[in-house]
Amino acid sequence: MAGMLDLTVVQAHEAMAARDLSADEYAEAWTQAAAGDELNAYLWRPEDGTDGAIAVESPSIAPVAVKDIFCTEGAPTTAGSRILEGYRPPYTATAVRKLIEAGAPILGKLNMDEFAMGSSNENSAYGPVLNPWDRSRVPGGSSGGSAAVVAGGLAPWAIGTDTGGSIRQPAALCGIVGLKPTYGAISRYGMIAFASSLDQCGPLTRDVSDAALMLAILQGADPCDSTSVGLPEAPRLPDREDLKGVRFAVPTELARDAIEPGVRDVFEATLATIERLGGEVAEAPLPHAEHGISAYYVIAPAEASSNLARYDGVRYGMRAAKTGGDVIEMYEATRAEGFGPEVKRRIMLGTYALSSGYYEAYYGQAQKVRTKIAGDFAAAFEDFDFVVTPTSPSVAFELGAKTGDPLAMYLNDFFTVPMSLAGIPAISIPAGLAEPAGGGPRLPVGFQIAAPAFGEQKLLDAAYALEQAVGFDAKPGGADG
Amino acid sequence: MAGELSGILEHVDRISKLDLEDVPPTSHVVELENVLRPDEPHRSLDRDVALAQAPDPVDGAFRVPSPQAEA
Repeated sequence: MAGMLDLTVVQAHEAMAARDLSADEYAEAWTQAAAGDELNAYLWRPEDGTDGAIAVESPSIAPVAVKDIFCTEGAPTTAGSRILEGYRPPYTATAVRKLIEAGAPILGKLNMDEFAMGSSNENSAYGPVLNPWDRSRVPGGSSGGSAAVVAGGLAPWAIGTDTGGSIRQPAALCGIVGLKPTYGAISRYGMIAFASSLDQCGPLTRDVSDAALMLAILQGADPCDSTSVGLPEAPRLPDREDLKGVRFAVPTELARDAIEPGVRDVFEATLATIERLGGEVAEAPLPHAEHGISAYYVIAPAEASSNLARYDGVRYGMRAAKTGGDVIEMYEATRAEGFGPEVKRRIMLGTYALSSGYYEAYYGQAQKVRTKIAGDFAAAFEDFDFVVTPTSPSVAFELGAKTGDPLAMYLNDFFTVPMSLAGIPAISIPAGLAEPAGGGPRLPVGFQIAAPAFGEQKLLDAAYALEQAVGFDAKPGGADG
Repeated sequence: MAGELSGILEHVDRISKLDLEDVPPTSHVVELENVLRPDEPHRSLDRDVALAQAPDPVDGAFRVPSPQAEA
């Protein structure tokens, strides 16, 4: 079937159901496409070798690309880190297992910021992923590989993880859809832990319908993850066409000065589109959201400093070659060699924030801010259906632009972190193109919509209606659309 | 790295000035209940599988340098 790679997954499945497209032929075409990766997005593909434990003999749905943070039995799983180079897990993550059971072949494992710590993919031990729109720019992170393959025509859809924006921000910077579900909607079993109270798996897809389809496969309670509860109902494909009577809140404190002018214009234009569809747009106070970054960069490193203590060069992963001395020296040498600078930075921040004498001032206070942020959202949702913001304050920035300034890098997450702290679902959809602040060809802008916990169906329906009205159809390397 | 960490802590320190005296902390956003399972034996990873990824397995165990430095 000609042009099969141009189909969305939902369209491909319809063609398969109508027997216009064979699932084998479709999977093979994507395998060929993935082999042409020039973006450094794939860290492993099945042809690189596997014991076959995750193989799907006869595909029945679209093949899927998987962020390298998900354990895959017999296939390398690095989390973007040297410390796990060559590690082949003895089991498969629940999210991946569900995709395999649904009949999705695994196209490969995707590059990412080391242990999902980063917003540009430049913290990968295996080199940065390049943005398919402009290869001198970052794809965002930490799920940068997942966003780049979907935007760059190297996979029909992908899964990633979002701790403070790691699905939504790269989706925005690559011009695709990224959904962070409610915390607990999808099992975290086999998903390498960064910050356990925030980490959540989710889809990165070409459009909102594909995201709904992927969410329907992934969601559900899992006995292997006692924090997983699933969704109240399995999501169905969205079909809403208008937004009549739907109320959208823009945070009163939205830091418009911190947003690139081009991104601001697209955001304002999207608000006008919402109103044209019959939706209401008004301001709602979210006074504590501005402290989200501060709270997040205490809580996430604190949890990470505990989670990453397991990498000690004993049970799996690398051990430093020359350790000499005693077991403590071996631990130290292994971690010094195995972890990259950002991971070390966060382990130190987290350990400091949890240390006696500083615990209350940092960790205790951050947990209270978390309560206030969740309370702000709860209050907003009494009067509104959704809260909307730009997904990221800027379009994709140039490689190396922020690597020397960790705080500037952290501020990329300004609009995505509050939803993570509150545990609520949020989606980023491409809303248009904008010129970067420093000039240059126009790049994708993401529009973020957040909903109350477990409000995924309404969120997908509204995002779908808006997506249809926005009509974003620009492609990397093509003319502006 | 010391300068970078100081810069981050300075930013983070803004929250220490907020008056949150009576606010309860949030450690988790989902209402969690303790999950129990029947106390029945079941198979877990075989020893050779568990050891297969270790950097220095020996005699069915993980080998590490001595906890005390050699004299």
